[in-house]
Order: sequence, then structure tokens, then C-alpha cells
Amino acid sequence: MKDYFVLRVMAKLLIPFILLFGFYVQMHGDYGPGGGFQAGVIIAAALILYAIVFDVGPARRVAPMWALVALSCMGVLLYAGVGVATMFAGGQFLEYGALAQNPAHGNHLGILIIEIGVGIAVAAAMLMIYFSFAGRR
Amino acid sequence: MDQGGPQGAQAIDLYINIVLLVFVLATGIAAVWLRNLLASAMLLGIYSLLMAALWVVLDAVDVAFTEAAVGAGLTTALMLFAIWLTGRQEKPPVRKPWFPLAGALITGGLLIFGTIDMPKFGDPQAPAQVHVAPYYLENAEAQTGVPNVVTSVLASYRGFDTLGEVTVVFTAGMGVVVLLGGLRRRRRTDET
Repeated sequence: MKDYFVLRVMAKLLIPFILLFGFYVQMHGDYGPGGGFQAGVIIAAALILYAIVFDVGPARRVAPMWALVALSCMGVLLYAGVGVATMFAGGQFLEYGALAQNPAHGNHLGILIIEIGVGIAVAAAMLMIYFSFAGRR
Repeated sequence: MDQGGPQGAQAIDLYINIVLLVFVLATGIAAVWLRNLLASAMLLGIYSLLMAALWVVLDAVDVAFTEAAVGAGLTTALMLFAIWLTGRQEKPPVRKPWFPLAGALITGGLLIFGTIDMPKFGDPQAPAQVHVAPYYLENAEAQTGVPNVVTSVLASYRGFDTLGEVTVVFTAGMGVVVLLGGLRRRRRTDET
């Protein structure tokens, strides 16, 4: 793919915007369509686009496999950790209302944090699958 | 509204639906028909994009978003890689696929037969509309401070289910890494 000049230029132009859009979808999921799942996939897609058009090597150095495994574990643990935190705060498992004085604020905070957890876990898992495929060759 | 067929916005919705569904059917059949796997993968990507458009017509933008990102984007990339690793041409089948075809047709026929008993599309008295949905629509924003009801249901009211879904994605990623030896391969190349 390295020989296709137009493809390379367009990918280089688009990748920062794809990443930015991914973060926007992540943080804006409570006001518009989107959320952790979609954001994770979009962020993973930006890196996969780079790996396909340019080279898999630099992409793997940016996101080495051990880091991806750690990140995907971290995402799931962040989600479950919010549940445990709400239990310590006096609520039930994943009852975000216990996180703040005002239950609505606690709910909003809890939703933001678990969406970040979802985004990290999904992005890392997608990249893990992709790099495992790419490493077979 | 019953006389003279649908009108106005409803008619436009109907025609868009018909066009999209015809294209969905065509791409689906073509994807199965073609022996060139690269073309099949591309057709399935188009199929997902058309489905995303259908979800938008049904006002399910969150689902449409996921379908476009996962179905049309990532899955196509993964399938292209699988083809790159294996081969571009499908081998001709050993025997005619009459039995699977009959199975698929009978199952599909039964499913369509089942939809006859389902409530009419958009019926306000349908069981799905009168159970917890009104409660979510009335209380979600006040209780969670999140205007997007889909997000509040997904992350808060059904938070436990979503934790399960994330665990499924995580397990899938881990499973592929363990099966394809992504970790071990990496370590070996690091040592050398």
C-alpha cells in the first residue's frame, strides 16, 4: 500500500480527525448518539487505517501488545471498579447515585467514567484482534 | 391515512425503506453468490452501511452508528486480513447446498410467519412500549442528568448488562490473542 500516493496523503490527513472524532463521540455520548463502544471502535479504526496504509511496525510500537492487554484489562476493571466504589459509597453495585450528594450528578459522573472504561476496553480489544491477525504473516 | 396509501413523510419513509431493503437483499445474495471472497467482503461492508441507513430511517441513530463503525468499518478490515492470510478465491462446494438452503428457507419462512402475530410497527399498545419504556422516557433525564435516553439506559439502568457486554468484547480480544499467539510471538521478537 506504500506505493499509493493519494491513499497515503488522504490517510495522513484523515487519521488525526478520525481520532478527534473518536474522542468527541466518547465524551459526547450523553448528549448525542455514541458512547464508549462506538468511540473505542473509531479510535481502533484510526490506528488500523495507519497500519494498513503505511506499515504495521510503527503502529505496533505505538500500541504494543502488552500495553493493549493491560489497557483492555484496565477498561473492564475501571467499569467494575466504579461498581465497587458505589458499594463503598453506600449504594448497591453500579448504583452511581451514591457517588455524589445529588443522585443525578452521581449518575452522570458514573456514566461518564464507565463509558471511558468501555471505550478503553473496546479500543484495546479491537487492536489486539487486529494485531494478532497482522502478526500471523 | 388508510385510504389511498401512505402520504407525506410516511410515504417518503416507505419508499426509502423499499429502496434500501432491495439493495440489502441484492448485496446479501451477491455476497453469497460470488466466489471471489474479496468482493464478498466488500459487499458485506456495503450491506452494513445500508443497514445503518435503515436504522437511521427507524430513528435508531445509536444502533446505526455502531453498525456503520463495526459492521462497515472494522469487520470489513478484519475480513480483508483473513482473506489476505488465506486465499482470495472460494473453493467450489463438494456437493450442491440443497439441504442448508432448505433449512434456511424453512427457518426464514417460520420467522416471517411469526411476525404476523407481532404487534403492528409503532403500535403504542405493543408490550415493548407499555412495560418500562415510558418510565425511562419520563424519568431518565431527571434521574441521570443525561439527555440521551439510550446512553442512560445502556450505562445506568442496564449498567450490569453493559458490564457483561464489555466483558464479552474483552474475552473475545483475549481469546484471539491467546489462540493466535500474539503475546508469545511478540516476546520472541523482542528477545532477538
